[in-house]
Amino acid sequence: MAVISRSDFERVRGRRRWMGRAFHALCLLSVAIALGMLAVLLVYLLVQGVTRIDWSFLTSFPSRHPEQAGIKAAIVGSVYVVIIAGVVAFTLGVASALYLEEYAARSKFARIAKINIANLAGVPSIVYGILGLEIFVRTMGLGKSVLAGGFTLGLLVLPIIIVAASEAIRAVPPSLREGAYALGATRWQVVWNMVIPQAFPGIMTGVILAVSRAMGETAPLIAMGALTFVPFTPTSPLSRFTVLPIQIFNWTSRPQQGFQEAAAAGIIVLLVILLFMNAGAVILRSRFQNKWEG
Amino acid sequence: MQEMDYILQTRGLSVYYDTKKVVTDVNLDVARNRITAIIGPSGCGKSTLLRCFNRMNDLIPTARVEGQVLFDGRDLYGPDIDPTEIRYLIGMVFQRPNPFPKSIYDNVAFGPRINGFKGDMEEVVERSLRRAALWDEVKDRLKASALALSGGQQQRLCIARALAVEPSVILMDEPCSALDPIATLAIEELMRELSEDYSIIIVTHNMQQAARVSNYTAFLMVEESRVGFLVEFGESRRIFTNPVDERTEAYITGRFG
Repeated sequence: MAVISRSDFERVRGRRRWMGRAFHALCLLSVAIALGMLAVLLVYLLVQGVTRIDWSFLTSFPSRHPEQAGIKAAIVGSVYVVIIAGVVAFTLGVASALYLEEYAARSKFARIAKINIANLAGVPSIVYGILGLEIFVRTMGLGKSVLAGGFTLGLLVLPIIIVAASEAIRAVPPSLREGAYALGATRWQVVWNMVIPQAFPGIMTGVILAVSRAMGETAPLIAMGALTFVPFTPTSPLSRFTVLPIQIFNWTSRPQQGFQEAAAAGIIVLLVILLFMNAGAVILRSRFQNKWEG
Repeated sequence: MQEMDYILQTRGLSVYYDTKKVVTDVNLDVARNRITAIIGPSGCGKSTLLRCFNRMNDLIPTARVEGQVLFDGRDLYGPDIDPTEIRYLIGMVFQRPNPFPKSIYDNVAFGPRINGFKGDMEEVVERSLRRAALWDEVKDRLKASALALSGGQQQRLCIARALAVEPSVILMDEPCSALDPIATLAIEELMRELSEDYSIIIVTHNMQQAARVSNYTAFLMVEESRVGFLVEFGESRRIFTNPVDERTEAYITGRFG
């Protein structure tokens, strides 16, 4: 006779099935809530803002008259700031991750540094704004410029890239490193020929996350003194600037219905730019991933 | 009697991981252009010993080596030795085939390229692939991914990759343990051919393989008090038919390990 009696088995079986179905339903519900909220947001934005989006909205500067207000300065400012932030964070981040994983791996210093970097990713962004104001704007004398803004956001997203790049580098199979070392490769050659190409897709994932984050940040740039009303496009790295989220924030705080519509339209523009940037990075990443897969 | 020609010799070689001794006082003479097998039970330090010959143990931060490894009389652990140069002179093939995620061609060309080769690369690639008995199978798809090859082909590619820099010694760390019997026979056949021009040291847990391919066999063992010590070393024919030490006999007849 079996260890478990027939009646016990039947009783538990009913309960097990019920649990299984309930859990399945719960998971589905969670997805529905998440997607539902997103859909509501998008529909609301489209209804409010889509009629405001036309060529003149994209190519005009802000104005006191809502129907004439445009977003040109903010688009250009955002693109400049995000590119500077991306370049700064990518360069410093990948190099830091390589140092921590390849050169100082297993050292006490690397362990402590990595714990602290992971914590930095959780520091409120306004703190970075104050840091940027003090170091870049005042001490380095860059002023409240595009360059200072880009550096500030670059610092802000640096931990994201370091953490993602570290993980990608750690995931490179040790057998590839050994294979290259066994042919007489130096550490530099192993890093350049094996580690970086293999870790690249994972690094790109970090870059996507970092750039999206930088694109949407408002508080640190306000703290370091970005403008809210900019009737010009930045002409040099030392020009003053505004960015999309600040422009949107500014419009939403106005009472006129016209500015509310402009804000909704601005959010749509922001989302579309984000979407394109992410799609670009995803394509770049998958190119690298599929190249040699057997 | 003619004096033997040794390419590698260890003198009182011990290896530690932190404070744990994993190879104990090994004295071993590796003959030029012969195949020397290192056999022994799991955890007896045979792979660690093999990795002393091309200083791969240097890559493990906690590893420490005592004693000498002489390569044509020169101490591999001497103060003026550059480990990357040693690895260029002494090639290695690993337990699992580890082709680079590149084309077949670039896999073979990698070693010459990083070491500054300026000559006819296509010729080097073809010659290396021919030596590794892989040319006929891949000559029409040199630009294809190395990862698309079968396991046995990948391992022969790794051998071709090692041959491309023309080392004088090839270290093989259980090169057939991830392969099926047919691929294993192909690699063994290849080793016999290569031993005409190269000195080969092979670590294997497969005693039949050691008996089939090697000229000399070293038997390493692990006991409670000692790890990774050399029990017996000599011509394979004698080791496998008439071992002197009773522990060797017990191992080769399958009573342990």
